[in-house]
Amino acid sequence: MAKSSGRTLYDKVWESHTVDVLPTGQTQLFIGLHLIHEITTAPAFDMLREKNLQVGFPERTFATLDHVVPTDMRARPFLDSQAEDLTQALEKNTSQFGIQFYGLDSDRQGIVHVIGPQLGLTQPGMTLACGDSHTSTHGAFGTLAFGIGTSQVRDVLATQTLAMDKLKVRRINIRGALPEGVYAKDVILSIIRRLGVGGGKGFAYEYCGPVVEKMNMEERMTICNMSIEGGALVGYVNPDATTFEFLKGREFVPKGKDFDRAVAYWSSIASDSDARYDDVVDMEGSEIEPTVTWGINPGQAVGISEKLPYPEQCSDPEGAKRAYEHMGWKAGTPVLGMPINVAFIGSCTNSRLSDLRAAAKIAKGRRVHPGIRALVVPGSAAIKALAEKEGLDRIFTEAGFQWREAGCSMCLAMNPDKLAGREICASTSNRNFIGRQGSPGGRTILMSPAMVAAAAVNGKIVDVREHA
Amino acid sequence: MSADVKIVKVSGTGIAVRGNDIDTDRIIPARYLKEITFARMGEYPFYDERFDSEGKPKTHPFNNPKYRGASILFVNKNFGCGSSREHAPQALFRFGIHAIVGESFAAIFAGNCVMMGIPTVTVTSAEIEELMKLVELDPQNRFAMDLDAKTLSYGERQVRFDIPDTYRNALITGFWDSTSMLLSNLDKVKKIAAGLPYMTGFRG
Ligand code: SF4
Repeated sequence: MAKSSGRTLYDKVWESHTVDVLPTGQTQLFIGLHLIHEITTAPAFDMLREKNLQVGFPERTFATLDHVVPTDMRARPFLDSQAEDLTQALEKNTSQFGIQFYGLDSDRQGIVHVIGPQLGLTQPGMTLACGDSHTSTHGAFGTLAFGIGTSQVRDVLATQTLAMDKLKVRRINIRGALPEGVYAKDVILSIIRRLGVGGGKGFAYEYCGPVVEKMNMEERMTICNMSIEGGALVGYVNPDATTFEFLKGREFVPKGKDFDRAVAYWSSIASDSDARYDDVVDMEGSEIEPTVTWGINPGQAVGISEKLPYPEQCSDPEGAKRAYEHMGWKAGTPVLGMPINVAFIGSCTNSRLSDLRAAAKIAKGRRVHPGIRALVVPGSAAIKALAEKEGLDRIFTEAGFQWREAGCSMCLAMNPDKLAGREICASTSNRNFIGRQGSPGGRTILMSPAMVAAAAVNGKIVDVREHA
Repeated sequence: MSADVKIVKVSGTGIAVRGNDIDTDRIIPARYLKEITFARMGEYPFYDERFDSEGKPKTHPFNNPKYRGASILFVNKNFGCGSSREHAPQALFRFGIHAIVGESFAAIFAGNCVMMGIPTVTVTSAEIEELMKLVELDPQNRFAMDLDAKTLSYGERQVRFDIPDTYRNALITGFWDSTSMLLSNLDKVKKIAAGLPYMTGFRG
């Protein structure tokens, strides 16, 4: 029987990683794993050099290339000289400081939050930091994973620690079971819609309950990924047999007897059954519908059968008005049937094998609607290879989707994949912010991979349950 | 360990940017993150809200000459949500913003600000509305922020603000740039690391 001592996973991992309480009152926290990419790190390495500092634990940092890489071809130098400069800076910095780097020529390259778990670098009971807000993804493993800024990247490089404030913990319990055609993406959009984009401020979110327990690791990653969109710096799921099964045999996961010891440790760090929480929220899984966003933040979302809300019905009426202004949509109209121009399946939220399978199931034997640009971008080189082995690439290309190389792609505007003008994009990514996909007038509708595939073949938002 | 500049008082004129949930993509569009240093970030804050696709200025407080030289920014709820990009506070700081007063701030953004020595302090909705109106009516109004007393003074008036104690301590003691403080504990860091089972691959 698990030892009961009333502590959450968050408490346990926080304590085991506490180095000291600093004069400011903050906690100095050891960071077990540091992941870096080309965007937020160049100035951090410059700061190290300015201060004449070394990298304290170079073997605990891993680097890859994801944000700026073109996904239609991988030839170097990149046509975009800024992308090339950032890439060369990362190559230089990692080689100078002795950091493992998975570049475009590596079969381990991919979106930083996809490759950490895939390689087994991300493990339960660890602290993890990355200069990227979606670092919360790694919480799916029972990891305390923090998105940080560049000055903090410098601190982790120099000391393998961060000055942090302890968060409160909110338990989010999803009861029952999800209906057919409802996915992890719908669950997290529903959570953010209910609790608000700022609702998680000051909290770590612990996701639990029968719906989460039943989810595979990829689905749990989708949920944890968007914790930050709900304002929670950290989101996590307690590790269980599903977690251990996923990790077994991966490159950086201990083998044999060491694995057994690891599993014992990982089990011990899960929240106690009598753990105390600062807040508890219950939701009913069977009430969740396929969910899509209608506005300019991920909390502005509705179930597929609903009509677009009137600003007065929203928690932030002014924000809702601004959203309608940008989207060019009218309150009171059904979201079903809204036309789209672009379909994007990818990003650290939804670019893993099960996401691609769910989208391929819908795309199979159908055609992308005329005039629609549809992209499928696997989250890593390894996922791309696995998907091709299953023939998913053929299903997509035969249906008229473009099948791309791994990268962040159209999730954000830092590589050639962008929206143009006022295009509307059905997207599996995590942010519908104004300008996020590269055009100041562009519009983004967030939804699950199956929903995006269904929108792509129909040319408009449909209920995937009627198009399976 | 050595302390940086102690940040206790910030004073100057104000500028207000209204709206809840202003995300860091709006504060600094992603394309500017492709620059390899922060050096030019001061040219870009709110770029796509300030300029149209031809580069012609639009109506925006950051374009309005009457707010030129402002050093205190007033905002509403959940300011700085979204991406962790430190480019956002860098852009504001290099534009001339040295303190931000709002209803609430997103976690990573506020953390980045304190690491750069920018106080992010909170007041009530009613107070922020009054402060914003004041700034818009008379941009020449001067504000004096005192982190020690947790007050913002202007004219004859004064409001009390909130700031997490740890942030306030870091700023007023000059340890907001945390590296030296963290480095001074390196022996302890090594001890904690050695006790974590994953650091040795769970070998028995
Ligand atoms: S896929 Fe999008 S959200 Fe994820 S790391 Fe890349 S840019 Fe950030």
